[in-house]
Amino acid sequence: MDINDLRGFLTAVIFFAFIGIWIWAWSSRRKKDFEASAALPLEEDKASTHYERENI
Amino acid sequence: MDTAASYNDKVVRQFSIMVVVWGIVGMLVGVIIAAQLIWPQLNFDLPLLTYGRLRPLHTNAVIFAFGGSALFATAYYVVQRTCHVRLAFGKLAAFTFWGWQLVIVLAAITLPLGITQSKEYAELEWPIDLLITVVWVAYAIVFFGTIAKRRVKHIYVANWFYGAFIITVAVLHIFNNLAVPVSLLKSYSIYTGIVDGMMQWWYGHNAVGFFLTAGFLGMMYYFVPKQAGRPIYSYRLSVVHFWSLIAIYMWAGPHHLHYTSLPDWAQTLGMVFSIVLLAPSWGGMINGIMTLSGAWHKLRSDPILKFMIVALSFYGMSTFEGPMMSIKTVNALSHYTNWTIGHVHSGALGWVAMMTVGSIYSLLPRLYNREAMYSTRLIDVHFWTSTIGVVLYAVSMWIAGITEGLMWRAVNDDGTLTYSFVESLKAVEPYHYMRLLGGLVFFSGMIIMAYNVWKTVSDKKPVPVAVLEPA
Repeated sequence: MDINDLRGFLTAVIFFAFIGIWIWAWSSRRKKDFEASAALPLEEDKASTHYERENI
Repeated sequence: MDTAASYNDKVVRQFSIMVVVWGIVGMLVGVIIAAQLIWPQLNFDLPLLTYGRLRPLHTNAVIFAFGGSALFATAYYVVQRTCHVRLAFGKLAAFTFWGWQLVIVLAAITLPLGITQSKEYAELEWPIDLLITVVWVAYAIVFFGTIAKRRVKHIYVANWFYGAFIITVAVLHIFNNLAVPVSLLKSYSIYTGIVDGMMQWWYGHNAVGFFLTAGFLGMMYYFVPKQAGRPIYSYRLSVVHFWSLIAIYMWAGPHHLHYTSLPDWAQTLGMVFSIVLLAPSWGGMINGIMTLSGAWHKLRSDPILKFMIVALSFYGMSTFEGPMMSIKTVNALSHYTNWTIGHVHSGALGWVAMMTVGSIYSLLPRLYNREAMYSTRLIDVHFWTSTIGVVLYAVSMWIAGITEGLMWRAVNDDGTLTYSFVESLKAVEPYHYMRLLGGLVFFSGMIIMAYNVWKTVSDKKPVPVAVLEPA
């Protein structure tokens, strides 16, 4: 087998992997997980005031 | 409160404060060398102060000291908050802080002395390179160790970007700096000729792609939603954004070597991948900006959000400009001119510095148990100095660069050059003044920031923050 066959094959694999990532990301089964993840930065530290109260 | 139940914010505070310190130092050196391009006598005939030695000091200070400290600070903060767990290996984390500061100090000593391996953005000699490697591996252990013990199922997208940045920079740094030492302060690269050139720009462009882009996109994916109070516009887009960005960036390096002895097919490959890169870059920019949809009114009252949105706008602009400049025919005009300098600074000041400044303003009050920064008004003043400064800088360098490009390629009917080099230098002098002004205005904003930060942190004793229980 010519090395160029391997190169062509690899290009195809990467292309389909890319399409696969789109399908995976847009699948409705991901929706719940993604929503939970997207909410992570919005959590606020609550404990600092709690800590202050403990130590007054 | 026992320590395992609280976040390790000490190392985050240390790095955050150093962001401001190194930002001022690095940008001051930038202002000095911009002035030297107008008044060369400003080197006072001291080798130590010549442009050739101060320029790498400037680039190293702003990229690795200022930008690097910002990446350490925010990565350590974000990974703890989004994993609901204290930072792994506290002593190792402290080592990364002191080790990184030592690297910066050694750079500030060796570069003005002319100790360099002459690789752009990788000037530091081999003993310092070894120290960087050790610190970086420690960084990776702390970061991924924290991910490993996370108490939430999913790894938030910002951590993917930070993780890719940490791994890739380790690989780039090690392979580009492979060298044979001949003494403590001198080594020779194991690569020769065009292979050396190709390694250097594989490193150089991925330093842009991973250090200055992926890392700061991690920052963007946490702090823009945080500051806007809304989740990221599209999480699924962020997944595709991540994988396409890291897959494509790796191949763009050869566009730094157009019309050199690098084989033509490799140049074309670099050009094609650079153009394709527009898609993930703009996907990320749109994802960040659209996070504000429905909350645009917040821009009126929140200068921190203004910093972030303008940073994303500059990101979009320079990631359009970059692919365009990588096209060979455009590159024939732009390369070796001030246009490149303008492009770099619309990315470095507009995107990297403004995203950093916005994130630090957002972060510091949380680290020092305050509601907000000392003065929101001063953040707004800083915002305008940054915006005006970077616009002045980029516009002046565009004009200067295109002027130079056109003058250098102009030929008379008999084939001789129309202009001598000195004539092109004279033509761009007014724009050198304008660039210096832009740099000074941008720099003045950093002084305002230092004052605001000082007033915010000086009389506040930080308190430990309890680790959030998983939802």
